[in-house]
Amino acid sequence: MNDVVLAIYSDRLFMAAVAVYVLAMALHAAEYAALRSAYEPAAVPVAVGGEASPGGEPDALPPPDAPAPGRPARSRADRLGGAAVNLVVLAALLQLGSIVTRGLAADRWPLGNMYEFTSAVCLAAVVTWLVVLRRVPAVRTVALFVLLPVVILLFLAGTVLYARAAPVVPALRSYWLVVHVTTMTVSSGLLFVPGMASLLYLLRRSSRGGALVDRLPSAAALDRLAYRTTIVAFPLYTFGVIAGAIWAEAAWGRFWGWDPKETVAFVVWVVYAAYLHARSTAGWRSGRAAWINVAGLVVVLFNLFFINMVVAGLHSYAGL
Amino acid sequence: MTTTAPPATPPDESTPAFPRAPWALLRNTWRGLTSMRTALVLLFLLALAALPGALLPQRSLNQRLVTQYFADHPTLAPLLDRLQFFGVFAAPWFAAVYLLLMVSLVGCLLPRTAEQLRGLRTPPVVTPRNLARLPHAAQRTVAEPIADVEERARGRLRGWRTRWSDEPGDVRTGSAERGHLHEVGNLVFHLSLLGLLVAFALGKLFGYEGQVVVLSGGGQFCNTGILGYDSFRAGLRVDGTDLQPFCVRVDDFTAAYEANGQPASFSASIGFQTAADVTAGTAAWRQATLAVNHPLRTDGSRLYLLGHGYAPRFTVTYPDGQQRTGEVQWRPVDQTTLLSEGATKFARPGVTDEQQRRTTQLAVTGLLAPTSSGGQVVTSVFPALDDPEVAVDVLRGDLGLDDGRGQSIFTVDRSKLDTGELTRVARQNMRPGDEITLDDGTRVRFDGVRDWVSLQVSHDPAQLWVLVSAVFLLAGLMLSLAVRRRRFWVRLTPDAAGGTRVELGGLARTDRAGYGEEFDRLTAAVLGTCPDDDVQQSRKTEDGP
Ligand code: HEM
Repeated sequence: MNDVVLAIYSDRLFMAAVAVYVLAMALHAAEYAALRSAYEPAAVPVAVGGEASPGGEPDALPPPDAPAPGRPARSRADRLGGAAVNLVVLAALLQLGSIVTRGLAADRWPLGNMYEFTSAVCLAAVVTWLVVLRRVPAVRTVALFVLLPVVILLFLAGTVLYARAAPVVPALRSYWLVVHVTTMTVSSGLLFVPGMASLLYLLRRSSRGGALVDRLPSAAALDRLAYRTTIVAFPLYTFGVIAGAIWAEAAWGRFWGWDPKETVAFVVWVVYAAYLHARSTAGWRSGRAAWINVAGLVVVLFNLFFINMVVAGLHSYAGL
Repeated sequence: MTTTAPPATPPDESTPAFPRAPWALLRNTWRGLTSMRTALVLLFLLALAALPGALLPQRSLNQRLVTQYFADHPTLAPLLDRLQFFGVFAAPWFAAVYLLLMVSLVGCLLPRTAEQLRGLRTPPVVTPRNLARLPHAAQRTVAEPIADVEERARGRLRGWRTRWSDEPGDVRTGSAERGHLHEVGNLVFHLSLLGLLVAFALGKLFGYEGQVVVLSGGGQFCNTGILGYDSFRAGLRVDGTDLQPFCVRVDDFTAAYEANGQPASFSASIGFQTAADVTAGTAAWRQATLAVNHPLRTDGSRLYLLGHGYAPRFTVTYPDGQQRTGEVQWRPVDQTTLLSEGATKFARPGVTDEQQRRTTQLAVTGLLAPTSSGGQVVTSVFPALDDPEVAVDVLRGDLGLDDGRGQSIFTVDRSKLDTGELTRVARQNMRPGDEITLDDGTRVRFDGVRDWVSLQVSHDPAQLWVLVSAVFLLAGLMLSLAVRRRRFWVRLTPDAAGGTRVELGGLARTDRAGYGEEFDRLTAAVLGTCPDDDVQQSRKTEDGP
């Protein structure tokens, strides 16, 4: 197969992935809607929003609409949700296929421009989400809130940011670059999930989210989800920054030069360090820590998009 | 500093309201500075303080963009400038934030290290009276006698630091503790952070960075002093007197481009002599290849290939038969096609009279296209040197070469054309070999084009220590995040039937997220059940005290 054909395949797979994500979102939305009946007080009085009942681990609780013992049939919401998750897995595989074929088409590591970064960050976020879901199935209702930003970003990637498969400039040909960009992309994708979880946690806590968030997992479960994902992402991010410095030493003549992108990566790092500190500071542990995590995600996205597109720096050759 | 403590002991945050003596004030300031909350605030300040460095152009990175910003925002820019927003990372207020943070860090870490060392020698804390009040708790009555349960518990808690003791009424209790590596990791992390900063600062003090343009095809450069460089950035403790005097000769430069003009690879084959070679008077040159991402490391310095461009060569033949050849670099004005501009300047040889010198200087100035579009207006269509052509003006008169002021090697002061100090005596497009004859019989020939490369020498004696610190930092961080410091208590009370009433309690000192499953497994093991048996358990929500 020649490169042009491969590049076309890559684009088609990308579009297919987006379509399947949208379909999965629709199913998740239907699941979310179907859950309502389960929450109506008369129907199942016990399941008050999956809130931690005293003496029980919130995420160890069965989903609120779990079948009563002795009745094996799965509820409608459960079936919809299960199907949606399968679709997300399928979409992730399609997207992975799109990224791999693009790498083959351009004959290089497929992280060379904004379109490719964005796609990979989204894939990392989705995979993180699937892993989280596997370990804590009860958080499934968060799916909609993870997929929505992912689909929006993918849409932007496929339209505004799209770039044809092409080689990259010499400075980008280095295996430290591969290590650096890959870890930065994956850790940014990882940070996506805790950012959304913390946001939902804040909504859940404030009780202002109302009907929109009342079927989410408990605030405590969301908070834990945020923390546990962050402590995986943060060391990876740290490693990514160090790899970037090693590469910059070989490519630009200094390991650190306060280039705009480097500066904002530093800011991101400090914000997440503050998050971890807040988790061990009396009075900061819950609400404020969650705000910091949300701020962290904002800065990550800012670094990924604004700095690349608006501020000129050494990193800008990543191209649009 | 207030970390999570067992709920029984409230965090120690008491500070007297009115410091009586200066040293009380000092002590309170110190306490305040080294508190976890201050560290948090300082971290925020640091993040905030770095932001203008990313959003505004910085002098250290790009003076041109700063000038542009001043032109675009004539009222705002001077204000920002007074706040040093165009040099954030050298600004005193930025230094103040991170120095305070470092002081806070030391003040926080020293007591913590001491406490840590003490903690390693003291046995785990005694079992709290009421285990049911702990975040993780379980209880159950089993049929076995106390001794059997204790043995099972001891077996399960192997690897934990434990202590067993008696309580009145034949009660046995055990306290177990694990995860000191969390603290170790945390200390290693923070200390490495300190080390990294110190190494970074040393590098800035004792390092330097110099750039120089060298013509390919035999051009040479020696690292003997600041004057050899086109630009030089010295650390505070560098005066340029004792640089390592290695030498470099650029033999050849090759560039490859994609069909669309995007660069594919650059490399320069060079010869070099280390400082030792030079002092030993060696004649031979060592061979090396410089490429993007591939610097030469020698004599504790690094040599980089930063960029390249073209230097046209002109020969001027004066009416009296004397010849002068000029070959200086022209600078690219378009990075994708390497269309370049420049000025090659000549002073007529043998003219000593000042007045006469001022009327006979020549400049060949204009544009150079490595691959010319052809036609009247020369532009470049490709960055490689496939079909070079220059479009030049020849100017004659006073170039200002003698007035002692430094001038750009790329341009001619065009205002002199208006005042009549310079006159344009020819305008022509030329290909290699072409010649112009001026009105006075002087001939200007365009001989050809050579590559130049721009090299950078960087010296940072501490950068290895930055790397070492960074590696330790990462290892400490992973250790501290992966290991949780946690405690587990057992209280075994005999019951009337000869069995044992087992009470268990658990507390994770740092962050409770994630201790639950392990506690359940421990509980099951001590009780000799499967985790899902209906043990009477309680676990508080994790929102913390
Ligand atoms: C230079 C800026 C600093 C950075 C980037 C930083 C970063 C971090 C990070 C990422 C953690 C999380 C590791 C973990 O959870 O174990 C942490 C924990 C901690 N930091 Fe810092 N820190 C800084 C300064 C300080 C200062 C000034 C103090 C003292 C007031 C301090 C005290 C602590 C303590 C006590 C912990 C452990 C909390 C725990 O055991 O969970 N740090 N720090």
